[in-house]
Amino acid sequence: MKVVFENLTKKFPNRNKKAGGEVVAVDHFNFQIPDGKLVGLLGPSGCGKSTALFMICGLQKPTEGRIYFGEDDVTDIPPEHRGVGIVFQNYALYPHLTVRQNIVFPLENLKGSEKMSREAMNEKALEVAKLVQIDQLMDRKPNELSGGQQQRVAIARALVKMPKVLLLDEPLSNLDARLRLQTREEIKRIQRETRVTTIFVTHDQEEAMSISDEIVVMKEGVLQQIGAPQQVYDDPINLFVAKFLGTPPINMFDGNVVGEKLFIGEEAVLICPGVKDMAVHVGIRPEGFILDENGPFTCELSRVEVMGRDISVISTHKDAQSVSIRSIIDAMNDVDTTKAQVRFSLKPKKVLLFDRETEERVYFSIQGKSGDNYGLTDSVNSGKEDDQGNNREEVHLIHRQEAENQTEGRA
Amino acid sequence: MEPTNKYKGWLYLLPAILFLGCFMVYPLVDVFVYSMEEGYNFASQTFFDTGFYNFSYVLHDPYFLQAVKNTFLMVVITVPLSTGIALLISVALSSIKPLRNLFQTIYFLPYVTNTLAVGLVFMILFKKTAYSDGLINLLIHLFGGPSVDFIEGPYPAKMFVMCLYIIWVVMPFKILLLTSALASVNEHYYNAAKVDGTSKFRIFYKITLPMISPTLFYLVITGFIGAFKEYSDAVALFGTNLNAAEMNTIVGYVYDMLYGDSGGYPSYASAAAIILFMIVMTITCINLLISKKHVHYV
Repeated sequence: MKVVFENLTKKFPNRNKKAGGEVVAVDHFNFQIPDGKLVGLLGPSGCGKSTALFMICGLQKPTEGRIYFGEDDVTDIPPEHRGVGIVFQNYALYPHLTVRQNIVFPLENLKGSEKMSREAMNEKALEVAKLVQIDQLMDRKPNELSGGQQQRVAIARALVKMPKVLLLDEPLSNLDARLRLQTREEIKRIQRETRVTTIFVTHDQEEAMSISDEIVVMKEGVLQQIGAPQQVYDDPINLFVAKFLGTPPINMFDGNVVGEKLFIGEEAVLICPGVKDMAVHVGIRPEGFILDENGPFTCELSRVEVMGRDISVISTHKDAQSVSIRSIIDAMNDVDTTKAQVRFSLKPKKVLLFDRETEERVYFSIQGKSGDNYGLTDSVNSGKEDDQGNNREEVHLIHRQEAENQTEGRA
Repeated sequence: MEPTNKYKGWLYLLPAILFLGCFMVYPLVDVFVYSMEEGYNFASQTFFDTGFYNFSYVLHDPYFLQAVKNTFLMVVITVPLSTGIALLISVALSSIKPLRNLFQTIYFLPYVTNTLAVGLVFMILFKKTAYSDGLINLLIHLFGGPSVDFIEGPYPAKMFVMCLYIIWVVMPFKILLLTSALASVNEHYYNAAKVDGTSKFRIFYKITLPMISPTLFYLVITGFIGAFKEYSDAVALFGTNLNAAEMNTIVGYVYDMLYGDSGGYPSYASAAAIILFMIVMTITCINLLISKKHVHYV
């Protein structure tokens, strides 16, 4: 069942009545959640994710706009007739009922022709319990279960009525780090097996990226970007999305574009064709650095962290917006820690420019080759084929040399 | 534990033990002793014999039997009624938003009002005087009924006023506790139930009631004990000569035996007190047994 939002808005009256006005929790949402997908609503605390979720399940009424399940307008339908299952942040398992009674509870509410016999209910409950692997725990009370088990019971209870849409509110926030990894795999598996459209809310971008088919990034009630996790990560639409996604976070610098060249400090670090002269925020993903003795980008070396698989070079730069810059490079590279400085060249695809004023993304075509058209900037990159992946290294080499030449030219 | 610390705990407990020993444990033991001593006399500290004579006397005293009957009637009528009505009012209170605080204050007023002041109000409502038959009688007249003497008239009328009075007095505290218990039930449970299409009645019966069951149980237990110890309210309504009014209670009987017109019989009073203790103990044990199944502590 696909879920469609049309102009969905929720306003709350301001808590401080004297101050007046209203708080807009969800601001004119227009998007579609495709059938049978696992979608993550992602944003910092208080950005309206949970409000959006509660509007989908009908516990809160939208101020404006409509919600459709498939072709049906469900905006005015009460929660019990929408066919949704919801898992609350604290699970809301009835503490005085056993696991079995908790799972059976929604079935006992069925009326009329849907009414089930006791055996049918128990059978159904057991079936769902097996799916979430808690069939051994049916006679326990919730307080005799671990956090992860409680979570599974809550999912089982939400699934037992075969909902059209499954909603999860911060499903992993009450679990410890290890359990969180395990449970998110579990949620993914359950979703795959049941193929029920699942929407979950989280403020943890790693969580959202790792299991979602699609993520929806929100900020202060306003929809920022929707897309497959990798696509949103590679191609954020504005500064907020770029900063919000990725661990370790993106490295931010103050930069300037002069004559289609990107300057960070005095150094021209990259060619960015198609960008007019302007002040920009420069974001460089940690994996966007290439250790290069002759690289155009010079940083003060602080230390090197060895992770085994790769190494993190921690350095500083006077134009960086954070205290330190973290770059992740392959462990094959040998960093000379005796030197005070480290030089990098940059992978153009990992360098993101944002307008200093509007914080919107500034796109540039990747020179020499195709350039990724990023799906959004047809006017900038029109007519170029995407054959990038084949000879990426070569592209980088060209860039590096060109960037170098620029530096020398300036010097 | 080190030997020096061994007695430290007891040292800290000493003040409380001394105090409770003097004013609680010793008198309790004394009551047991008196109840077994036939014809004990305070002044001369003498008695004739030991045995169960006092119990036998008390159990054959028609005034005591009347008091037991009255007390049981009050308990059976007021405890379920006051708890039930308090629950209804609390549920209603927690489901309304506007003026909730005002209503809460109004319902709590009788709790801070003096028993005798409330008694006065009841007098105005029910008492027959030279000038009026009381407000309730005026109402009965309005609907064409014959006037009833609630204070000095037939037994059922008096019991009705008595029970109404007790319910009126104990209700505020119950409402206070129940509203806070209801407010402490997490909203998430209701939301979860609502999404699952649970009917209002089922939500109340299957979720709300079990969630507030500890408070409810506390109120029932203390309600039973309080009702068994009923005395001052009867005095407020029917005066000090309760035996004559047929409205005496067990505690009232104990008091009469000690200090009343027929007073000066500490042995009988002690025996009656012990009987009351047994009754309350039995009822509380039954309550505890029932609660094991129906009260859910989380």
